[in-house]
Amino acid sequence: MDFFSVLGFDANTEWVLTGSLLLGFASGTIGSFVLLRKQSLISDAMAHATLPGVCIMYILFQVKSIPLFLIGAALTGLLATQAIQLIIHRSRIKTDAAIGIVISVFFGFGIVLLTYIQQHFGGSKAGLDTFIFGQAASLVKSDVQVITIGSLILTMIAALFFKEFKTVVFDPAFAKGIGLPVRLLDSLLFSMVLLVVVIGIQMVGVVLIAALLITPPLAARFWTEQLGVMAFLGGSFGAVSGISGAILSTTIDHLPTGPMMVLSASFIFFLSFLFGSKKGMLPRMVKLL
Amino acid sequence: MDAITVSGMTVVYDKQPALENVSFSIPEGSLTGVIGPNGAGKSTLIKAALQLIPVRSGTVEVFDQPYKNQKQLIGYVPQRSEVDWDFPTNALDIVLMGRYRQIGWFKRANNKDIKWARACLEKVGMEGFAKRQISQLSGGQQQRVFLARALAQDASIYFMDEPFAGVDAATEKAIIQLMKNWKRQGKTVLVVHHDLSTVEDYFDHVLLLNKRPVDCGPTQSVFTIDNLEKTYGGSIAFLQKTTPAGGR
Repeated sequence: MDFFSVLGFDANTEWVLTGSLLLGFASGTIGSFVLLRKQSLISDAMAHATLPGVCIMYILFQVKSIPLFLIGAALTGLLATQAIQLIIHRSRIKTDAAIGIVISVFFGFGIVLLTYIQQHFGGSKAGLDTFIFGQAASLVKSDVQVITIGSLILTMIAALFFKEFKTVVFDPAFAKGIGLPVRLLDSLLFSMVLLVVVIGIQMVGVVLIAALLITPPLAARFWTEQLGVMAFLGGSFGAVSGISGAILSTTIDHLPTGPMMVLSASFIFFLSFLFGSKKGMLPRMVKLL
Repeated sequence: MDAITVSGMTVVYDKQPALENVSFSIPEGSLTGVIGPNGAGKSTLIKAALQLIPVRSGTVEVFDQPYKNQKQLIGYVPQRSEVDWDFPTNALDIVLMGRYRQIGWFKRANNKDIKWARACLEKVGMEGFAKRQISQLSGGQQQRVFLARALAQDASIYFMDEPFAGVDAATEKAIIQLMKNWKRQGKTVLVVHHDLSTVEDYFDHVLLLNKRPVDCGPTQSVFTIDNLEKTYGGSIAFLQKTTPAGGR
């Protein structure tokens, strides 16, 4: 923690910064697979759809408990993805419109529940009012511990199943042919996204957590043609976005954390888009000359 | 002995039957072409046999055992267009995927696997492209990378979905060479094929399919004008000049 104390942060802030760094790394890494599996939008819908689930759990049990929130988030997140599939298969509505409908319905319902909680249970005490845009300063040590452990586990799973995820993402039919449990691995990836959303909900907020899954790997793609490098670089970009967002929102009053993280990630994306050595605009123009 | 026996296979897409009660068997060591018009269910048949898509009914046996016990014997070469070639990886990595079953969970490819994969690339004339980004390969080269991946699997039975579609002459030659080598080694190969003019040159067995199997057996006896008319419907006159032996 010496690095942070040099910058003059107190112990609690150090914890928060460590958490934001690890959360950013985990989401950037997992996001690389989600992006290449072309499920970024679905994961955004799922993130929004976790809000009502978390609120329902709070209304039922009136405690802030990550395991309970995870169950609630998984239920409504899953319901949302199922609803999207159902709409696509059973109507003439296309994927983008189906996702649009489902996002608004679930998120709208979540907001209604959140307002109800704030009026009846004093949700601000539980930190539920920060669930929309996230507020790093509202985190206490136990919150950060959950984020830290969760992020480390997620990163480890991504590393452990790297080869299998890679095969499933590139060529699911072939993966099935060589005996990989494709559906199980898909569900695992989906569960990992859910876990990122739930542990990140208080720091980043449901609205923008998906951006932390999408933007850092997208930026990384401009610098590399190797999935392993992309996942690591995506993680690193996520970590940098996470920590700079957390620093900005804790040092400047009233700045929400999620949007600051996403702005940092977008800045990295913009630089990568221009200067990325593999797919960036400028290097490509130079090659054409 | 029959390498593959499909019985009563029915597949339904959006309430439209794609395959109706398809039964056939493929002898071990044969090179079989699956022939039929567009929409006849040729690719569907391969995917259904490999349980990649849901089937309404039907069973698949491999060497008289249920398919699910024999998966490791089968190598699959999907259509090139079914994957995103912009994926961040190189040719060697794709070929290594063919070894993943042998490598097993949680482990990484070792030097032996890499050597094996390189040898497979060499067999399809792609040794110079191991570290090339897959997005920078031509269509034919991408097809050859898929072939090398299938080779790396070292399977006993190969299913190939339109391997000749849109490839250059060098790749076509490499595919034919590979199929002949497999046949020499006693392996069984099933190929979804489009070009009627080359059927007699490439395959010793033919499965004629148009949602139902029209006929299945050795090319000389099955690949006949009569059967082709049954498979493709009446408008088959133009085919006569493309089937040099006449097949009567």
